Amino acid sequence: MNNAAILVIDDEAPIRRLLEITLESNGYTAESAATAKDGLRMAAAHPPELIILDLGLPDDDGHHVLQQLREWFTKPVIILSVQSSEENIVKALDNGANDYLVKPFRTGELLARIRSALRSAYTEDSNPVVDAGELQIDLAARTVKKNNEIIKLTATEYKLISLMALHEGKVLTHQYLLREVWGPGYINQTQYLRVFIAQLRKKIEKDANRPDYIITESGVGYRFIARE
Amino acid sequence: MLRRLTKLSLLRQFLISISLVVLVAAACYLLSPWIDYKVVAFILLLTVSLIAIVFDIIPVLTAATLSALIWNFFFIYPKYTFYIGTAEDGFLFLMYFVIAFISGVLTNRIRRAEKQIREKEEKERTVKLYNTLLNSLSHELKTPIAAITGAADNLLSASSHLSEENKKELIENISAASLRLNQQVENLLSMSRLESGFIRPKLDWTDITEMIYAVLRRLEQYLKERRVDVQLENNLPLYRIDQGLMEQVLYNLVYNAAIYTPAHADIIITAKNHSDKIYELETETASHSRMKKENCRLLLSVEDRGPGFPEEEISKVFDKFYRLQHTKTGGTGLGLSIVKGFVEAHHGSVVLENVPHGARFTIEIPAETSYINNLKNE
Repeated sequence: MNNAAILVIDDEAPIRRLLEITLESNGYTAESAATAKDGLRMAAAHPPELIILDLGLPDDDGHHVLQQLREWFTKPVIILSVQSSEENIVKALDNGANDYLVKPFRTGELLARIRSALRSAYTEDSNPVVDAGELQIDLAARTVKKNNEIIKLTATEYKLISLMALHEGKVLTHQYLLREVWGPGYINQTQYLRVFIAQLRKKIEKDANRPDYIITESGVGYRFIARE
Repeated sequence: MLRRLTKLSLLRQFLISISLVVLVAAACYLLSPWIDYKVVAFILLLTVSLIAIVFDIIPVLTAATLSALIWNFFFIYPKYTFYIGTAEDGFLFLMYFVIAFISGVLTNRIRRAEKQIREKEEKERTVKLYNTLLNSLSHELKTPIAAITGAADNLLSASSHLSEENKKELIENISAASLRLNQQVENLLSMSRLESGFIRPKLDWTDITEMIYAVLRRLEQYLKERRVDVQLENNLPLYRIDQGLMEQVLYNLVYNAAIYTPAHADIIITAKNHSDKIYELETETASHSRMKKENCRLLLSVEDRGPGFPEEEISKVFDKFYRLQHTKTGGTGLGLSIVKGFVEAHHGSVVLENVPHGARFTIEIPAETSYINNLKNE
């Protein structure tokens, strides 16, 4: 979805400029703000299709800005930050960020994340089939096909893959996956998640050790990628 | 021993020096039928001098005064009075007092001078280390910065004369130098985390296979032409470790192997479980979910088919800022000390040894393990 309006909130002028140039040369419309206050004001005045938010702003904590945005803004927010600790990433994702990219970042990677976030924002609950090339996940028929053949999955395996496919491209934290698939009492039982992810990979990936679909985000969670 | 004695608290120094004087005096008193009271004076002086070697000035002067009084009271005639009978003995007593004081003060002064010299030497060593460190650091940080600014200047000023090919090369230089700079900064940040002592591993269940392949994925660009052989024990359990820290450990080891060995030398990564209670484990795994808490260790090794390490330097490679002699430039000497620090944060150990046709790092981490079976039908 090109031509989408993207708002960049980052206090560093060179980064703002870099993002504006990158985004506009890729067909997006870019606007930028240097402070939390300006960012929130601009987002409210002309709601963009996507927001890129830096966590280290001069006038407010980025996590707080994200919380304020999430009170009304339902479109994707991608965090771009120098803070690389797992705690920070998990906190931002729990607060409703769609994705998290650590600075320094590769612009190709950023553009891919933007495309993926915009795509899922448009397709959510409209198309029941998630098409990932050789792999098709039909959320209505509750089937997973690889090369047009149905793969036998257990109930838990299906719950896990369908949840990830529904949020294609988005990092889902360990706690989120455990809560949604096993229940609130299981949020610390990461060993279940490890075992089931390994089993799923054996069934759907070409090489379970070099996965194409279920990508590990170390210490944070998993991301389902529909190969383009 | 001597060093330990000098660090005792003042109260203890008092107690020890007073009891020493009293003990020696008592011994002399028992021997007084056989030894002259003037000899006793020398024995007491010797005691005070010995005390002066190890203790502070005030306990020493106390010991000197006490010994003079004891000598006067118990040994100088007439005994059991502080009264001194002859002028000669009065003179001896006065001299005893002065000598005891002088020897106490002098010995103490010598000690203090020695201490100052030691401190000065220590300070010089620190300064020297700091300078080496600063040189190495500024070199490692400034080289990539120079590459970036140089290439950028070139692109800015002479762009009209540059061929497309040259431009592309300069841009690639900028990109490569930035990556290198980022790597150095990451290392420095890890090191300062270690130095601050605030590293507490965040333990969580970790799939070792997944962790190894995640590291290889991150290192893809350095491993292009190389065969990396991953040998995993069958049915490896999950371990409760800090995946982030251990990934960094593995990353640094494989990165080193990739950078410092010939381009086609193989790298072999192995992972094994070591348990002292294997028999019990085998019978237990039949049940639904079983955790094994004690005596389980994760053994990870990274082996390369490179030239190996000079034997005399093996003991130093984990030291901070240590770099092998005759090595190529482009490292901070931090990678392996970070490996050691992160492994030790897990109460584990890391060993480097030369093996036929290469070198091997072996890491051993004690950790809780979990085997989960019979989940397939859920």
